[in-house]
Amino acid sequence: MKELILVIVGAALVNNIILSQFQGLCPFLGVSKKVDTSLGMGGAVIFVIVLASIVTNLIYTFVLVPFNVTYLQTIAFILVIAALVQFVEMFLKKNVPSLYQALGVFLPLITTNCAVLGSALTNVQKEYNFIFSVANGFGTAVGFTVAIVLLASIRESIEDNDIPFNFQGSPIVLITSGLMAIAFMGFSGLIK
Amino acid sequence: MNKCIERIYNGIIKENPTFVLMLGMCPTLAVTTTATNGVGMGLSTTAVLVFSNLIISALRKIIPDRVRIPAYIVIVASLVTIVQLLLQAFVPSLYSSLGIFIPLIVVNCIILGRAEAYAAKNGPLESAFDGIGMGLGFTVGLTCIAIVREILGAGAVFGFEFIPEDFRITIFGLAPGAFFVLAGLTALQNKFKAPSATNGSVPQSALACGGNCASCSGASCMSNHAALEVVREKAEADAAAAKKAAAEKAAAAKKAAAGKAAAEKAAGQDAQAANKE
Repeated sequence: MKELILVIVGAALVNNIILSQFQGLCPFLGVSKKVDTSLGMGGAVIFVIVLASIVTNLIYTFVLVPFNVTYLQTIAFILVIAALVQFVEMFLKKNVPSLYQALGVFLPLITTNCAVLGSALTNVQKEYNFIFSVANGFGTAVGFTVAIVLLASIRESIEDNDIPFNFQGSPIVLITSGLMAIAFMGFSGLIK
Repeated sequence: MNKCIERIYNGIIKENPTFVLMLGMCPTLAVTTTATNGVGMGLSTTAVLVFSNLIISALRKIIPDRVRIPAYIVIVASLVTIVQLLLQAFVPSLYSSLGIFIPLIVVNCIILGRAEAYAAKNGPLESAFDGIGMGLGFTVGLTCIAIVREILGAGAVFGFEFIPEDFRITIFGLAPGAFFVLAGLTALQNKFKAPSATNGSVPQSALACGGNCASCSGASCMSNHAALEVVREKAEADAAAAKKAAAEKAAAAKKAAAGKAAAEKAAGQDAQAANKE
């Protein structure tokens, strides 16, 4: 149990997927203008990464390893993730319209998000078992949500500030994320 | 042949994927800790890009339109696996320092973006040269950023150290430094009003995902295209309607003016006639 919590905290804060691993930067910079949309994006990412961790782990253990084709993991995972996202989108649209309304627009955006494929590959690289894979996926996604919501709230509050012309737009966002990355480096002492 | 050279010029200078289009930001920030890593990542991506463009362009008439994105992804993923195995066998040091970012070339915006925007519409030779140009542009971009970070952070270029340890700024070699270097770069682009996707001065039409990485996934690309098409059609229809309305108005005004003139003339004639009487 203690190890499980360590994996979740490690994935969410210490090795934050965005601010120290640089995966999933595109939505991080693109969909962080408003707190509402970034919360929706975060929710969708949590949903998809946890599902993808489950499915890719099952595929890896029960298909790729028995047939001795682990070198096909990249192809297998990206296809499974793309199909999964499409499937989830169709399922939600038909059966859970309220959730679809909240997450729907973000689902197609994360089909080819590095974070989803990245966390699936990390699970394999670190040889996590099923439960640890899901925990790691969940932690990673929570870390993504924390980072994107924080950035969105900072962006909302600096919107009216008098920023020098040259730093308006993306430079100030990048500097904000750099400062956030410094803050997140403080977590590295949390886990030995 | 000129067209091929033009594609290379276009990839390195005019539509440089790192500096102008701002695509593939994840590897740009993650692997640029040393210049060697930057060159390695750039060349691996170039190899994948050239062959994916070549194959996709050769198969563009066979792949059905509806399933083209999954088909592209399979092609790209196979090529990435080949590159990954080759690197593992021949350049193990680079393989271990690039780590997870080699398989993540699959989801690099540049590759699917070029497949959609160029290879799906042009012949194999031009597409391969487009891949070479874009790949070299990406390599140049990564290497420049990596050199800046390596000099500031580790006081070295390509592993050759020339700044004493006391004068190095270690933070530029770590994660936050990547953000700061890119922030400085985009600020310079704003200052000199250089064409860049971040200040919106790049014509969006040449890009599959409009320079916006957030929308650069297969499914959303298609809907984006549809949405843009609707907007464009609407704008055209509006313009046509406005033109028609303006023309009608002008015609009506002319007619009215003509009618008025005729009436005046008639009235004048009447008045003259009345005067005569």
